[in-house]
Amino acid sequence: MDFVTTLVSSAYQFGDAFAFLVLSACGLAVIFGMMGVINLAHGEFIMCGAYMTVFAVNWGLPLPLAIIVGSLFAGLVGMVIERLVVRRLYSRPLDSILATWGVSLIASQGTLILFGPTMRGVGTPLGSFMVGSLSFSYYRLVLMATAIAVLLLLYLVFNKTRFGVLARATIQAPHMASALGVDTNRIYTLTFGIGAALAGLTGGIYAPTMTMIPTMGTTFIMEAFVTVVVGGADVFIGTAPAAVLLAVVKASLTSWQGQLAGQIGLLLAVIITIRLLPKGVTGFILKGRV
Amino acid sequence: MTSRWLQAGTLACAFAVSGAAFAADPIKIGVLEDQSGDFAAATIGKVHAIELAAEEINEAGGIAGRPIELVVYDTQSDNNRYQEFMRRVLQRDKVDVVFAGFSSASREAYRPIVNQFDGLAFYNNQYEGGVCDANMIVTGAVPEQQFSTLIPWMMEKYGNKVYTIAADYNFGQISAEWVRNIVKENGGEMVGEEFIPLGVSQFSQTIQNIQNAKPAFVVTLLVGAAQASYYEQAASANLGLPMASSVNVGQGYEHKRFTPPSLGDMYVTTNYIEEVDTPASKAFLEKFHAKYPNEPYVNQEAANSYIAMNLYKQMVERANSTKRDDLRKVIAEGDVCFDGPSGNVCLDPKSQHMSHTIYLAHVNKDHSIDFPKVWDNIKPYWLGDEGCDLTQSDPDAQYTPSNPPTKQ
Repeated sequence: MDFVTTLVSSAYQFGDAFAFLVLSACGLAVIFGMMGVINLAHGEFIMCGAYMTVFAVNWGLPLPLAIIVGSLFAGLVGMVIERLVVRRLYSRPLDSILATWGVSLIASQGTLILFGPTMRGVGTPLGSFMVGSLSFSYYRLVLMATAIAVLLLLYLVFNKTRFGVLARATIQAPHMASALGVDTNRIYTLTFGIGAALAGLTGGIYAPTMTMIPTMGTTFIMEAFVTVVVGGADVFIGTAPAAVLLAVVKASLTSWQGQLAGQIGLLLAVIITIRLLPKGVTGFILKGRV
Repeated sequence: MTSRWLQAGTLACAFAVSGAAFAADPIKIGVLEDQSGDFAAATIGKVHAIELAAEEINEAGGIAGRPIELVVYDTQSDNNRYQEFMRRVLQRDKVDVVFAGFSSASREAYRPIVNQFDGLAFYNNQYEGGVCDANMIVTGAVPEQQFSTLIPWMMEKYGNKVYTIAADYNFGQISAEWVRNIVKENGGEMVGEEFIPLGVSQFSQTIQNIQNAKPAFVVTLLVGAAQASYYEQAASANLGLPMASSVNVGQGYEHKRFTPPSLGDMYVTTNYIEEVDTPASKAFLEKFHAKYPNEPYVNQEAANSYIAMNLYKQMVERANSTKRDDLRKVIAEGDVCFDGPSGNVCLDPKSQHMSHTIYLAHVNKDHSIDFPKVWDNIKPYWLGDEGCDLTQSDPDAQYTPSNPPTKQ
């Protein structure tokens, strides 16, 4: 294998692992980072987005539009669940873990009962390209681009828009924000909805590459939680660098010794990171400022 | 309320005291299968097949005049549930026989409990072979039936460089060992082997490792719905290599679930799939669809479960007893056979495994199936040849090619 092929191959594998980590984690990171709620139904929001996307494709929508429909639908479901369940538990974080876990069980079992154990997927579009002797999938490049776009968009929404300012104010000092006339309940609902919609987007965009089953969300869960744990509370200065770090470890170990080594290495990296940086990458970066 | 409980209690005591079963006492069959979780797609059909067989047998007068009563629990693709429910069916429900298990990990989780309570369990699944245990009857196909046929055929057709990707637990590890040995015996070369943890769904790096190794074909021993994502991802990266497997199509009907041509040029050895074009297979499929019109696919394990029910009926009627030792005396006669959906099958007394007609199923680009080759009456010979003889002794063990029984 010549130098260029090796380079392209390594970059592609790193990008692929990075995209998976970022997209798995972003919805969880928004809900945990902004609201402090540990959402154990995260995987089911991903599954919800994936199923909705496949339904939309079956109704005749083109795939990109179907993914947006899936994402919006998951966001909507998220807002309803925030109103009905999560809202009542903001002061009881441990209970909210239990409640969202319950939601996750109901969602995956409900899907199993309604739609059966498996559903036909939509097939991966766009085909492949060759570099040297290796062939690569174009769709994986779309995943990488989406991951970067999602990070940029989140940054813009939470830092450059009026909603973002109000959201951050609500999270930092809810009573003060509400005294100044911010409808904090609405902000909580919308933020939870954004988190759920991001999970739905992840489900939708990965749906063409995966098996459609009611428990498909669980394959994202481990990566999602470790990225958020390593990243810490902030989506932008936490999640993105954490995903870079873990993607490097995972991609290089997997190419060297196979998937098992990749998984072990990923988890070891997590343990070492939180031993050295108990507050995650966020804590490390903010240390200078506090 | 209390008096009714008392009545029920007295009645139960009366039954217990009476000892010998009444003619109309039901025969209780425990069914522990994954109806939810990662494996559900492949295993819900097993429960349906058992229900179909129970209905047919009951309509025809039951087993020796006694109706079948099924005790069904959903094991949720979770090994702990298997242990919990196995204790429950053997201790509390006091079933006569248990039909249990999909993954080999689940079988090894419950097997010690079956041994402890000296129960009898049917494992109706293809697996990595080697279980030599008088408490178990295995109706699924084993490596000498699936790999000794498949791998040499593939090597002759496509070449002798082989790459294996396998699920990282006992099934995948031991099956990969079989493949490795057979490739070597036939003068081939393993150019790579990778074990994938269960639940992994992202395969780009694996696909590239395969491309770098340039095999003639890939042996895919992937298990569970998450790992099945491999095929879609390999197709979208245009890997384009033929695949050989003992688990795909026949269990998870991937050719029905994925968009063509992601499973194109996949070769599977299986003892049954619904495409098998024989009158017996068609009749079975018709009965199945009459009872379960929405069944997505009737797979190998469904057929084996159906066969197992009928074998059990035959054994109980011939032994005139549901006791394990009496049933095993019948098996020892060596002619417990059944003409089922997959052709004629017989139980081997030495290993309590089953002979099979093995079909080589080939998935075309449009995901239709053809059968380039059929091997008739392949016996589960390996355990017996290596020295497992359950008619003589019961080691309760699982053997592998690198850990065979010690010969006496």
